[in-house]
Order: sequence, then structure tokens, then C-alpha cells
Amino acid sequence: MAVSTEVIIAAIMIISLTLYALKGGADYGGGVWDLLAFGKRAKRQREVIAEAISPIWEANHVWLILVIVILFTGFPLAFSTIATALHIPLTLMLIGIVFRGSAFAFRSYDVRKEESRTWGLVFSVSSLITPVLLGITLGAIASGNITLENGVVAAGFIKPWLSLFPFSVGIFTLVLFAYLAAVYLTLETDDEELKEDFRKRALITSIMTGLLAIVVYLLSGTGAPTIREGLGGKWWALAIQAIVFLLSLSAFLALLKRRFQLARICAIGQVSLIIWGWALAQYPYLVEPSVTVFNAAAPARTLNFLLIALVAGAFLLLPSFYYLFRVFRKL
Amino acid sequence: MEPLLAARLQMAISLAFHIIFAVAGIAMPLMMVIAEWKWLKTKNEVYLALAKHWSKGTAILFAVGAVSGTVLSFELGLLWPNFMEWAGSIIGMPFSLEGFAFFTEAIFLGVYLYGWKKVNPVVHLVSGALVAVSGAASGIFVTIANAWMNTPAGFELVGGKPVDIDPVAAMLNPAAFSQTLHMMIAAYAATGFAVAGIHAFLLLKNPKNVFHQKALYIALAVGGVAAVIQPLSGDILAKVVARNQPLKLAAFEGQFETVRGAPLRVGGIPDVDGMETKYAIEIPFALSLLAYNDPDAEVKGLKDFPRELWPPVAIVHVAFQIMVAAGLIMAAVSVYSFVSVLRRKNIYESRALLRALVLCSPLGFIAIETGWIVTEVGRQPWIIYGVLKTAEAVTPMPWLAVTFITFTAIYIFLAVIVVLLLVRQFKASPEYLDSGRR
Repeated sequence: MAVSTEVIIAAIMIISLTLYALKGGADYGGGVWDLLAFGKRAKRQREVIAEAISPIWEANHVWLILVIVILFTGFPLAFSTIATALHIPLTLMLIGIVFRGSAFAFRSYDVRKEESRTWGLVFSVSSLITPVLLGITLGAIASGNITLENGVVAAGFIKPWLSLFPFSVGIFTLVLFAYLAAVYLTLETDDEELKEDFRKRALITSIMTGLLAIVVYLLSGTGAPTIREGLGGKWWALAIQAIVFLLSLSAFLALLKRRFQLARICAIGQVSLIIWGWALAQYPYLVEPSVTVFNAAAPARTLNFLLIALVAGAFLLLPSFYYLFRVFRKL
Repeated sequence: MEPLLAARLQMAISLAFHIIFAVAGIAMPLMMVIAEWKWLKTKNEVYLALAKHWSKGTAILFAVGAVSGTVLSFELGLLWPNFMEWAGSIIGMPFSLEGFAFFTEAIFLGVYLYGWKKVNPVVHLVSGALVAVSGAASGIFVTIANAWMNTPAGFELVGGKPVDIDPVAAMLNPAAFSQTLHMMIAAYAATGFAVAGIHAFLLLKNPKNVFHQKALYIALAVGGVAAVIQPLSGDILAKVVARNQPLKLAAFEGQFETVRGAPLRVGGIPDVDGMETKYAIEIPFALSLLAYNDPDAEVKGLKDFPRELWPPVAIVHVAFQIMVAAGLIMAAVSVYSFVSVLRRKNIYESRALLRALVLCSPLGFIAIETGWIVTEVGRQPWIIYGVLKTAEAVTPMPWLAVTFITFTAIYIFLAVIVVLLLVRQFKASPEYLDSGRR
């Protein structure tokens, strides 16, 4: 694998996507647990969730913007292809993003508390739907069904994403985000009862992620054959899958033993490696089967400036994020 | 509905909606920080209450701005994939930089909104200042990208494709400085006036509330200074348009004939078929003077350009007139307020001025919306001026009317809710009497 500027930029894009899943994804997961809060501690669960995500969700959301701007600056052809072919799921996802963010802010700042339950419902339902649509989009990108002919999607505007494999990725994404959120939330409260509530949710979703991973893998045989091939044969792909398995098992055992810090580290590793395993299996394709990191890359001068901007931006950003998470005790 | 029209309308409604929140996100943090700084300096708790109160409104506006901005960043590709494929590598840079500015803004807004009890007061103030600075930087980067669409630079055109791409030269395009200057000043003027108007309204009902008195001074200082200098930046920008987009300038002015010593038109309705602008008051030589610093300079008229390259002249001209009128009224009211302050009058005791400020409060946003109509509609039929037509950039997606109607409905709904919530916030304003105590 040649390490050229376009490959480095593609890697930074996947890092951003990983951080979006780990941070922004968990915020959606928080919304899911807000929706599914029940029992006599439902109100307190919701309060912990709101307190955990309020100061950070907007900053976490920007990782998605970064993914998009890297994509359209560094790989304009990939962006235009994805935006054309997946117009419908992307638009639906955007509607979810708009309602999730607005409703959350409305709920936090509405002077009339009796209405805030309605906003809470809008917030939590859109937190449930948006990750599914994100997953559908990613699944469709990986499926190999997106081919452009004279700027028009050969398979139409519906078929590439309205099938079993993208939907399985959508559900998998949702459960993964809910799992991350539950694991994080065990560390967001000192209340032992609430810790137990979130621990149970983390354990249940941990098992669900395992089962869904198998479903997605099986469906990829026909749903995304190139990825399946990439994951099947090569030693590094098998190694990644083995590590993901060990990490998810460790996270599960750590949750059983109430070692929440350890569980969080394992869950982060697990989700990151799932994304990286997928990205490496798909390499060098940005959009299967015709758009690659190389044929979609912007000219060298743009890529160099973009790389400089990303590195300089990281120097600005990482200390700021460190400070944010320190202030709100998330490290 | 034609797909192209639907796409254009969806883009227009998305920008028109987002720009209100983006502009508030630029200027509100500055006002919050001024209030908080006054609190640290004077220890007068009214200022602290004000900073906290404004920050709640800012939180709502920022959240809606963040999500509607996300929509726009996707819509660039969802609606105009060929534009992004063509231009992404040229003007992606300012968007990337904007990404980092937006990160900084979101991070420190989190610290600001939720850190009142967690960080020390100076760090808190600095966080607010970082929000204000990075908010301004975001606005600058995005406007630079738009300026590039008006005055594209940083590439060579070979066989209809861009080669020899230089993203830095693209960012330093001819309109970049003047357009960003005009937009940023507009942001402070519009937000300052909107907030001043609201507090003026509340002062008319409750003249003794020190909370609104202090708020009025800060909002009017920010909005007023910006409004007074805005005509100058408008003049700088108009000169750049005259040099780079003479056809657009002709549309601003409803100037059909190419003449020396062209007049400036106040009002008027362009009649495109009759090729003249009717019912306008003409100020002789003024357009030549303003555009080229020479009363006898030649101003190109619309007739000099092929008809198919004309923007919708009537819309552009009327929008331009509304923008200029709104701006000039705001500048005049600002000057009057400043004179009152210099003459050591308490401006909140002048009910006439308070009423004027209430009436003026939407003017800044009206000027911003019409200003965007001027620059965006005035650029048509081009998406990249002189290079790529809007019609060539649009997506082949067939059901655009549906997405247009959907987003319009969502944005109208959100706008109503935001207004409702802000009204409730203002109704819950704290009451402080003259002693500075509750």
C-alpha cells in the first residue's frame, strides 16, 4: 500500500469518522436511552443523559462536518457521486440531524417545563432514526451498487440503499451507538442504582452488537461482496476481526465485573477497529466499484494545503477538546 | 416544478434560514462577552444576569445554526453535485478551515454555557471571547467561498475543466476581502439592532428596569458602530462588483444603457421588456462617481450583454434598493443615538428613540436577506460567475420538489418555535431597579 498524500488524507477522514462514531455516535445513543428510559428511575436516567451530552454534543457533531469537508475538498468526485446516488437517505438523515439538535436545545432552554417532554420525545425519536440512516448510507457506499453513467446513477436513486445489507448496517450502527452510550453512562453518574441501570443496558446491547455483527457479515456475502472478500482472505483482516472479538469479550467481562473504566476502553477499541476493518477492506475504494482514493483525489497542491490545514487544525483542536473533556470530567 | 427551480428554491430557503442563525452566532457571543467583562470590571450583578440571559438565547440560536449549517454543507453536493465535483478542490479549503473554526466555537460555547460554576471567571470570559472570535472566523471563511463564486480565481480553464489549481489564490479572490468585510459588519449591525429593538420594546413597558437599560447600551454600541461604518464597506464592495461583474452592477442599478456620468437610482422598477427603469429618482453622475470615483466614468448597461446572461433584473434591483434603504436608516438612527449619548442624555429616557429602535429592529435582517438575494440572484445564470452555469450544476435527482417543500415546512416550523422560545426567554427577563438590586 503506497503511502501518498491522498492516502494520508483518506486516513484522516476515517479518523474523523471514527471520532464521530465514538463521540457523536454516543450522543445519539444517549437519545436512544432517553427514549427507552422506564421504571421509577426514568426521570433520573434522563437527567444523567442530558447532563452528560449537553456541554459536548455540538462539538462532537462537528466531526461529521469535518468528514464531509475533507471528502469534498480532497475527493470531490467521491462526494458528488455519494451525494447524487444517496440523495434520499442523506436527506432523511439531515432531517433527523435537524430535529435531534433543535429539539435538544429547545428542551434544554424552554422556560415552560411542561412542553419540554414533547421536545424530549422529538429529540429521542430522531436520535433513534438518524444513526440508522447514517448506517444505511455507509452500507450502500460499501455495497458496490453505486455506478454513475454520464453523471446519472445507473441503479437509480432508490435501489442502491433500499436493500437488506444497507439496512442491516443501519441497525448495527444504531445498536453500536446505544452500546457506546450505555458504557459511557456508567461513568457519568455516582448513583449506584443508575450505574446498574446503564450497566444492564450495556450488557444487553453488547450481546446484540455481537449477534448483529454476525448478521451483517453473512449479508455482506451478497450485499457487499468486495468487502467480504477483503475481510475474508487476508491475514491482517482476520487479525483485526480476532482483536475486535477479544475486545468485545473483554468489554463484556469488564461490565460483568463492574470495571467500568476498562469496559469503556475496550468498547472504544472495539468500535474503532470495526470502522478501520471496514475501511481497510474497502481500500482503495471510496465508493465501490468505481471511485477510488486515487481517481477521485484533488490535485496535489490542494491535497498538500489540505494536509497542512488538517495538521495545524489538529494542534488547535486537540488541546481544546482535552480542556473541554477535562472541565466536564469526561477523561 | 422544474427540478432546477426546486433546487434553487431549496438552496435559497436553506441559506435564508441558516444565515439568521449564523449571524446571531457571530454577534451574540460578542455582546455576551462585553456584558460579562463589564460584570468583572464593575461587579454590578446586572451585567452578570445579562450575560447569562443572552447566553440562553445564543444557545438556542447556535444549535439551530449548527444543524442548518450541516444541512447546507451536504446540500452543496445533494443539490449541486457537478458544482462540487468541479470546484471542491478549489474552494474546499475555506470550508475545511471553517470546520476548525466551528469546532473551536462549539467547544468553547460548551465551556461557556455549562462552565459557569466549573471554571474561574477569567477563563470563562476568555472562553466566551474564543467563541466570538471563532464565530467571526467561521463567517469569514464561508463568505470567502461565496466571494469565489462571484470572482473565481486560482485556476486555469482548459477545455472546460479547471487545471493548475491554487487553493490559496482562490481564497484571495478579488471579492474576498470586500465581501467578507460587508458580511461581517452586517452580522454585528443586524444582531445589535435586533437585540436593541427588543430591549427598547421592553423599556417602553418598563422604563425603570436597569437590566434592559444596560442591555440597550451594549446592543446599540455593537449594532450602531457596525451600522455607521456599513455604508463604507458597501461602497468598497460595489467598486469591486463594478470592476469584476459589471453586468451585476448594471442589474443592481437597473442600468440598461451604457453611458458616461451614470446616475444613481433611488427606487424604481426595471421594465426588462421596455429596457428602462421607471419611477426612479435619479441622482446625476452619482453612480459613475460611486463605482469608479469619477463622475464621468462609463458604466456598462445591461444592453451591452447578451440577454441570456442577464440575471432577473427586477428582483435584483428591488432587493438592492431595500438593502440600501434599510442600511441607511440604521446608520441614521445610530448616528442620532450616538449624538444623544455624547450630549449626555440617557437614551432610554427618550421614548421617541426607543420607538424608532423598535421599528428598526428587523431592518438589519431584512438588509441581510435582501443582500443575499442581491448577490445570489445577481450572479445568475451562473453558479461560478462566467465559468459554470447553475443549470449545469444541478443534480439529476428527479423528486426535488418534494425535498424543497419538506425543508420549507421544517424551517417554517422551526422558525416559529425559535421565535416562541425567545419571546418566552425575554418575558422571563429579570427585573432590577435603579439601585442595581433585584
